[in-house]
Amino acid sequence: MGKTLFDKVWDSHVVKNIENGPDVLFIDRHLVHEVTSPVAFLGLKNRNIPVLYPNRTFATADHNTPTINQHLPVKDELSANQLKALEKNAGEHGIPYWGLGHEKNGIVHVIGPENGITVPGATIVCGDSHTSTHGAFGAIAFGIGTSEVEMVLASQCIMQPKPKKMRINIEGELSTAVTPKDVALFIISKLTTSGATGYFVEYAGSVFREMSMEGRMTVCNLSIEMGARGGMIAPDEKTFEYVKGREFAPKGTDWDKAMAYWETLYTEDDATFDKELTFAASEIEPMITYGTNPGMGFGISNSIPTAEQIDGAKATFAKSLAYMEFNEGDSMIGKPIDFVFLGSCTNGRIEDFRAFASIIKGRKKADNVTAWLVPGSHKVEAAIKEEGILDILQEAGFELREPGCSACLAMNDDKVPAGKYAVSTSNRNFEGRQGPGSRTLLASPLVAAAAAVTGKVTDPRELMQLQEA
Amino acid sequence: MAYDKFEVLTSTAVPLPIENVDTDQIIPARFLKATERKGFGDNLFRDWRYNNDGTPKESFVLNNAQYGGKILVGGKNFGSGSSREHAAWAVYDYGFRCVVSSFFADIFRNNCLNVGVLPVQVSPEFLEKIFRAIEKNPHTELKVDLPSQTITLSETGESESFDINEYKKGNLLNGFDDIDYLLNLKEDIKEFASSRPI
Ligand code: SF4
Repeated sequence: MGKTLFDKVWDSHVVKNIENGPDVLFIDRHLVHEVTSPVAFLGLKNRNIPVLYPNRTFATADHNTPTINQHLPVKDELSANQLKALEKNAGEHGIPYWGLGHEKNGIVHVIGPENGITVPGATIVCGDSHTSTHGAFGAIAFGIGTSEVEMVLASQCIMQPKPKKMRINIEGELSTAVTPKDVALFIISKLTTSGATGYFVEYAGSVFREMSMEGRMTVCNLSIEMGARGGMIAPDEKTFEYVKGREFAPKGTDWDKAMAYWETLYTEDDATFDKELTFAASEIEPMITYGTNPGMGFGISNSIPTAEQIDGAKATFAKSLAYMEFNEGDSMIGKPIDFVFLGSCTNGRIEDFRAFASIIKGRKKADNVTAWLVPGSHKVEAAIKEEGILDILQEAGFELREPGCSACLAMNDDKVPAGKYAVSTSNRNFEGRQGPGSRTLLASPLVAAAAAVTGKVTDPRELMQLQEA
Repeated sequence: MAYDKFEVLTSTAVPLPIENVDTDQIIPARFLKATERKGFGDNLFRDWRYNNDGTPKESFVLNNAQYGGKILVGGKNFGSGSSREHAAWAVYDYGFRCVVSSFFADIFRNNCLNVGVLPVQVSPEFLEKIFRAIEKNPHTELKVDLPSQTITLSETGESESFDINEYKKGNLLNGFDDIDYLLNLKEDIKEFASSRPI
């Protein structure tokens, strides 16, 4: 029986298979940030051991950093401490560290691909669950806890049982204004937030083949929101083209060798999956969430279901609506909003800013909206300026902030106040995720842009028609 | 990080019959700024437990003196969301040694096992039974027996077995962690690494 893409990459990284236990899996590249690493480095210190492969380890500051005045000392003492700790730990162990202001600084999952750290067929981990992003390149990438960060620092390995395999096929053509974010939110709404727990997902079908690398990253990024360990897409010409020439990508004869391997990375025709799902691209609309987990979403023109229409626990559903102060049967279109967040490792890449700009061009930011536009990295920031997107944003009354995770997890000052509504391009709408008491509606950059200029939930297709007319 | 060995735990339990309890509820992100693993228990379920002014919310179960013990019983899909191990630390630091649910999120389950908290997955029916028993009598005792992989309602003797990976079971019984194991494999790992381009 043939192997799947996932089997090929996983099996080639198994150092040892423990009977009735996990596999010891070799990790090619390890990304480290300030929040989940300090205790891991302390662990090494207590054991008096070094980082085994500093050259396979890359550190950046992103989770807990301000998005304005990054050239000034960080005001929050605890945040400043974490940044200092990472700089010191990286220095002591000889790990490249791209701190605030460094040209390579940005969100871990944005800078990995940008700098060629992310390559097909690799195993990549990071102490952040959205590490699944890197699966867009045909890598096995997943988030780990701090004990595991320590394991990888100490031994470049992790111990995990091999997950089950799922394939999600989507064929056909996406409709107008349906972005990769909508594809992902659609899948999660179908599977629920636990529907893929225990599985590693491969995305297949024409929709993903046609998608840009940025779009594939958005989809793989959200794999974790349906409970999956990670998601991946077979590498193709687009992937190779993207990786080629980037700083940490193989060069010269190493490139040729790598290519020979990468071209073998696809699922064989006769390979089988533990579970397989198929959807039609035409089913997908621009999506929005109305509840307090990413599975509580639907096409933007729908109304909130009633408790009877819900399969899961009614009490949990009611609690969620009470938190959001929404009622059963409410239409989402027209709901007033207060904040818009464009950014995060889900939608903080150049394509997302292009999409946002396409809607706001020639319009004005709504007065009742506070907008945080946060590029995923300095490279994205530079591209925004170079492509003239900054001018469009400024003409419409928006400001651009400096890179970082920002309101995705609201560890810094970018917190949505209690009771306020935010249309957010990030990945989680949990209670209080964007600040204590905050209410999050997850959506694509197009839907976020439509909300930013109208001050309420608006179908972006309406604004696009006006533009065309 | 070393932790206490886990063998048989007999204790009352704290019920939290809510589904999809996510890691942002277990420990909100703003409490992740520490550089040491200390004091996370104080902020376990922070926003459900306390009002904005820091006073306890009477209605939340951790503030109800009737309930206590070393076992936390949660609804389906417990621990979904982030990879932050801080969530498992907070559970441990508060004093729980075992979390029972009918379904766990993957990374959270793993993190628990790595810090010495035993995640016990039971059937939805048995979970209901536990919730009902605690509702009737908050002093209901549960016995979690790791060597025999069973969980029992002490009062009625009703019992169910649970799964755990043999290797992880050994670790918990002995208070070992994975790093000890991996450090012993170093030579194999180095040899393997030489065949993997960076
Ligand atoms: S943007 Fe959000 S999800 Fe992405 S790395 Fe930062 S905190 Fe994690």
